[in-house]
Amino acid sequence: MDEPRQRLRFDHVSVSYGTPDGGIEVVRDISFTIRQGEFVSLVGPSGCGKTTIMNMAAGFVVPSSGSLMLDDRPIVGPGSNRGVMFQEYGVFPWLTVEQNIAFGLKLGANRKPAAERQAIVTRYLDLMRLSEFRRAYPKTLSGGMRQRLALARAYAVNPDLLLMDEPFGALDAQTRSAMHDLLLDILCVEGKTVLLITHSVEEAIYLSNRVVVISARPSRIRQIIDIPFPYPRHSALQEEPEFNALRAQIHELVMREYAAQEAQRRPPV
Amino acid sequence: MPGRSSAARHASNFALTIAPFAGLVVLWWLSRLTGLIKPSLLPSPLQVLTTFWATLVHGTLVTNVLVSVGRVLSGLLLGTAAAVPVGFLVGWYRPIRRLFDPLINFFRALPPIALIPLVIVYLGIGEVAKVAILFYASFFAAVIVMYEGMAAISPIYVRVARTLGATDLEIFWRVMVPLTVPHMLVALRVALGVCWATLVAAELVAAQQGLGAMIQNASAFFDLNTIYVGIISIGVLALLMDTILRRLTDRLLSWQDKVGA
Repeated sequence: MDEPRQRLRFDHVSVSYGTPDGGIEVVRDISFTIRQGEFVSLVGPSGCGKTTIMNMAAGFVVPSSGSLMLDDRPIVGPGSNRGVMFQEYGVFPWLTVEQNIAFGLKLGANRKPAAERQAIVTRYLDLMRLSEFRRAYPKTLSGGMRQRLALARAYAVNPDLLLMDEPFGALDAQTRSAMHDLLLDILCVEGKTVLLITHSVEEAIYLSNRVVVISARPSRIRQIIDIPFPYPRHSALQEEPEFNALRAQIHELVMREYAAQEAQRRPPV
Repeated sequence: MPGRSSAARHASNFALTIAPFAGLVVLWWLSRLTGLIKPSLLPSPLQVLTTFWATLVHGTLVTNVLVSVGRVLSGLLLGTAAAVPVGFLVGWYRPIRRLFDPLINFFRALPPIALIPLVIVYLGIGEVAKVAILFYASFFAAVIVMYEGMAAISPIYVRVARTLGATDLEIFWRVMVPLTVPHMLVALRVALGVCWATLVAAELVAAQQGLGAMIQNASAFFDLNTIYVGIISIGVLALLMDTILRRLTDRLLSWQDKVGA
């Protein structure tokens, strides 16, 4: 068997935060692997600790126990081999569109000569359909365009792994749908490995090879579901009976965890 | 033609700026003419203009203006230069803020005029004493603007920069500095206003020259015309310097989202 190589591996990872009255366990004993070229989504109720899982992969949070490896090396901090797209985009408002894309390419970690930098910027401007706005400041861009700009900036430094934390949450339905298709198109060209955090079951199924359902806090893996549809995918897929069956199945799992998460809430003392 | 329409816009802008002042002068004149205020207590705009011309030709007004502008600029630049790094540290690092926030608010609340006796005791009555009072006023005005601004900056930009491979030094120069500039310029503008407002107090310290000194000397002789010239000069200079700063801000910060404007 010629299995694609493993990129990101969570091995019995747990996270607790110390508080004055004991620790709070956020993540409990999570193990899963993302292989080269895979698109894996984590779905679960909000507040369950999905973002903590992504922050570990990004290098902002260190596991309390267990190990977290990228290409067989432990993750010790943030780095440009993992591109991150945050919920709040984080495009730099003081830089123009092309300066935003070039930002990472001017840093010591992955500095490129001017000509090469320009070529990369132009390529992603085209890919994200932002060429006309290359000299505009982000204040003039729509939400979808800022999203594309954040994606272009993350791609420009050529990360091995793309981590996305509910990147489409703030977009309207049409823009979100257009972003899904753009992302699928780009992944066909670029062949990146992606970990997506989302609370949208449809989004997770439509984009992913595998969907990992996360439990109520502390986060455990409830179930991992393989999504059998071949790429390239098109939006008509979302009308197929098989898609709907998966949606019903995963939706039920997530709703059960949502109820468990809500049951944990206590009125403030 | 774009040039023509922009010239027309400038003209109407100018008219809009001038109109409220013209209205004020008319009100001034009317309140004197109608006897609302006794003519002996309120000089006419024309009398003030005559005094203005006389002091201008004589050269004393120019000297006083230059001396005061020099003091204001020294106090402003020194105060803001000190406030920028302090405000940056206090605003960005939470533990430092906890430590310094009460202190800053304590000193900020003290009116500079109350400190004049102490300034005289420790710094004498020379130029240093006057600039020190302006420094004090502008520092605390600027530092509060700086650190409130810095504290409101979203840490998202730093996180993004880290994921793109930035080192601490690169984050400082490429993220923190650009994010600081807008707050620095606001701090400068606020401090400028406070400096002009404090000028007369600063020139209470045995000043021979300066607009504040000019006003105080005139009040000893009940020379209302000169008092008005001094007050109006301070207002005009403050407005002028603020306009320059605002133009500079607009030019430097064209990337900023303007709320309302």
